[in-house]
Amino acid sequence: MLYALIAGVLFGLYYALIGLGLNLTFGVLRMVNLAHGDFVMIGGFAAVTAFSAWHLHPLWSLVLAAVLIFAVGIGLYYVLVPRIATTKDPEMISLVLFFGLSQVIEALAVMQFGNNTQSIYEPVFGKAPINILGQPFPAVWVVSGLVSLLALLLVYLYLYRTRIGYSTRAVMASREEAEVSGISVHKVSAIAFAIGLGLAAAAGALAPFMLGGITPDLGVGLTVTAFAVIVLGSLGNPLGTVAGGLIYGIALMLMQTYLPSWSALLPYLLLLLVLLIKPSGLFGRQVRSA
Amino acid sequence: MLRRRWVDALVVVVVVVAFVLAPQAYSNETLLFQMMVYIALSQGVNILYGFTGYLPFGYVGFFGIGAYGASLLMLHLSWPPILALLGGGAIAVLLGLLLSPLLRLSGAYFAIASLAASQAVYLIVSNPSLQNVTYGPYGIQLVSQFNPTLSYYVMVAILALTVAVVLYIRRSRFGTALQAMRDDPVSAAMAGVPVVRQRTFAWMISAAIAGVVGGAFAWQTSVFYPDAVFSLSISIFAIVFTLFGGAGTLLGPLFGTVVLYGMYNTIGISDPQYFQLIYGLLIILLVLFLPDGAASLLKRRGTHVL
Repeated sequence: MLYALIAGVLFGLYYALIGLGLNLTFGVLRMVNLAHGDFVMIGGFAAVTAFSAWHLHPLWSLVLAAVLIFAVGIGLYYVLVPRIATTKDPEMISLVLFFGLSQVIEALAVMQFGNNTQSIYEPVFGKAPINILGQPFPAVWVVSGLVSLLALLLVYLYLYRTRIGYSTRAVMASREEAEVSGISVHKVSAIAFAIGLGLAAAAGALAPFMLGGITPDLGVGLTVTAFAVIVLGSLGNPLGTVAGGLIYGIALMLMQTYLPSWSALLPYLLLLLVLLIKPSGLFGRQVRSA
Repeated sequence: MLRRRWVDALVVVVVVVAFVLAPQAYSNETLLFQMMVYIALSQGVNILYGFTGYLPFGYVGFFGIGAYGASLLMLHLSWPPILALLGGGAIAVLLGLLLSPLLRLSGAYFAIASLAASQAVYLIVSNPSLQNVTYGPYGIQLVSQFNPTLSYYVMVAILALTVAVVLYIRRSRFGTALQAMRDDPVSAAMAGVPVVRQRTFAWMISAAIAGVVGGAFAWQTSVFYPDAVFSLSISIFAIVFTLFGGAGTLLGPLFGTVVLYGMYNTIGISDPQYFQLIYGLLIILLVLFLPDGAASLLKRRGTHVL
């Protein structure tokens, strides 16, 4: 029981990291990036490839992947988003658009890496388990938890302690009003979008360990999980996502301990329950209509 | 008014004749059958997305539960196939009723919640713990009921009915009401449209179509695994076909399915990943440059698209 709880916290932090980028994108653009999970997958393949080719430590790949994908994200934003922002129904259209993107990424990944599960099997984080409250945990779980915590902290500092983060929150609150008060909405959104993708790639670099391996078709499931996590917490607030991640992680570990054959259902059921009972999460904007 | 009815009847007749005669000209009956399946599913998505603005990513949930419902009715209760198909449709409608609270969600929330619901249904149906009821992950075998010819013609009938329903919705006050509340639910409610009831009704019609079609698919295929009837790509195909042709019209989704599904069968089977790539790029280009579908090309010139 204690073991499941602590493991739940470690995994919860990790899931918060997966969700955080999606949350940032959604908060700023009001669009769900259905390709989010595919960027996690890219980060995972980057780490696996870098390790097998140059024996690069996954934590370095994590930083590298995040920076590279950040740059890709800036470009992607300017190619895709301004064009659909002017259509009749950007929220829906963007779903389809990002789904198309996710298909492209998945297809390219299959061509490049094949359909088999890939992972890093060597104990790069040391063999010895780390003891927390007298319970042994694989070192990589603890490292992932800490890395996630650090990333969450950095995002928090970005949003609340920098000038551009301040603008980002203004855009989240109201796009129009931010624009009127002289904030360069596209610049702010592009950076937020790119940070979101960068975070996904960073989470991906740890995925070979935390998710047991990487396959090209990982994307959609991860996106739904990430969405469940951020809806559980709330939209637009990194602290809410942490709460969502922790609830999700602990629930997942308890399910795997007591009801293993049904644990795959968990993200979907949690998502449905939260959406139906309290769709705004812990605190958030109105999402129901009629 | 009378002329319109003739046009409508003509469309239904053309669809029926085309698919009844098609096996004479083209021998791959399975492909034709699946094309009908996708036309019907696209029209189901069309009823929901084109007329009410709700994008059902989890539409496949109804298809899958219909396939399973019909199969289990044949296997456990030995219902005759055609009755079992209707039963599958009824089960899908029940699921729709169960999930109707999802309609309170808007926009992306609905799309993703419906996706989650369909995956939840899939994981329940395919769960090894329910092996005695649903055969779990081991799939369904309907070999004793296998009848490709009859199931083909039954599917033609289902398709004709679906087309007729969409035509009816397009012409009727019901369809106008749906479109009114898609564009502005508050104004529609003010004008006396029972928003929630009508929207739920459209949702259930759409569910019924997917359920019956799923049953027909199960009957024709006769041996399948759960992931074959709950694959997310079924929803996505139907949605993309609809968008490609133009949501809210009858001929748009029909055209979209024939073109894109035809393309899928020429390159998709041998090289799935190349197809996926082309398909994804096509979706992106479509959304960026032609967000209202192929029908909008004609509409821009002032032609009325049925």
